[in-house]
Amino acid sequence: MRKAPRTSPEPVAQIKERRDAALAALIAQVPMIAFMGIRFDRRGDELTAVLPFADKLIGNPALPALHGGATATFLETAAIIELSFQMIWADVESGALAPAGMSMQGLPTLPKTIDFTVDYLRPGLPRDAYARARVNRSGRRYASVHVEAWQDHRDRLFAQATAHFLMPPQNAAE
Amino acid sequence: MTISPPPPLTEEERLRIGRQLMSALPYSRALGMTIEEMGEGLAVISMPYNKALIGDPETGVIHGGAVSALMDTCGGAAVLAAENGPTGTATRDLRIDYMRPAEPGQRITARAVCYHMTRSVAFVRAEAWDSDPERPVAAATGAFTADRAGR
Repeated sequence: MRKAPRTSPEPVAQIKERRDAALAALIAQVPMIAFMGIRFDRRGDELTAVLPFADKLIGNPALPALHGGATATFLETAAIIELSFQMIWADVESGALAPAGMSMQGLPTLPKTIDFTVDYLRPGLPRDAYARARVNRSGRRYASVHVEAWQDHRDRLFAQATAHFLMPPQNAAE
Repeated sequence: MTISPPPPLTEEERLRIGRQLMSALPYSRALGMTIEEMGEGLAVISMPYNKALIGDPETGVIHGGAVSALMDTCGGAAVLAAENGPTGTATRDLRIDYMRPAEPGQRITARAVCYHMTRSVAFVRAEAWDSDPERPVAAATGAFTADRAGR
């Protein structure tokens, strides 16, 4: 028979609330995310960026198709939020970043884009789009991130991008 | 971005195509883009500062994606304005180098040149600046499709 743990584990609802609050605070500080209508779904530490379709995102009224610039903004946003969420994750888990204190002051400076390369693989259809970013390398100063975006089928990408970022000074969250 | 204007070539006509193109692109319109100049394989388009487009809350600098959208639109316009240009075009790939942050409050202007055109591909270079064209905020290179009628 095992001994009961000395401290009971943190309730799952509390863990979720803390992580969601951190993510929401990160997103709320960027006006462009609201302008585009971008949302983020979270499963553990995995983020999926969601771009609900809107008429103002159209670049080719004849097809119609999403504007390449709207797609690029979506992918760059997915990359920046993924990187930033990874940056604050440890502090969110330890409780160093608490939901009550999640104003802009408590959050780290966002990474700065050095360069951004996007491939348009097929036209963006007039429907919701999804994106996931993978941080391939994250050092103290530089990070390299790859982003994939799809619509109806996860394995039929309509755009992908590679981006390099300059990381903010560490410990900004303390 | 894909568009299909007629193929005239006077300065007036190019400007008209540019303005038509701009009014036909909802996203470019949402960002407030206006045509400044059109020439042979050349387009200059500007975009006003807008707080709704801020990407860095600490500094008030516009989101890179908005600059990307400006470069993309400008590149497409330059392709359509090229001699023996296509009737429509779409961006295949675009690389943007962010050289320095654009000054908050300043209008951003992009200038794109279609420097080479094959039957099916158009190659574009672009630069964007805020107050001084000699001090760009970003540079871009891209490949665009050249869509020709009857092909």
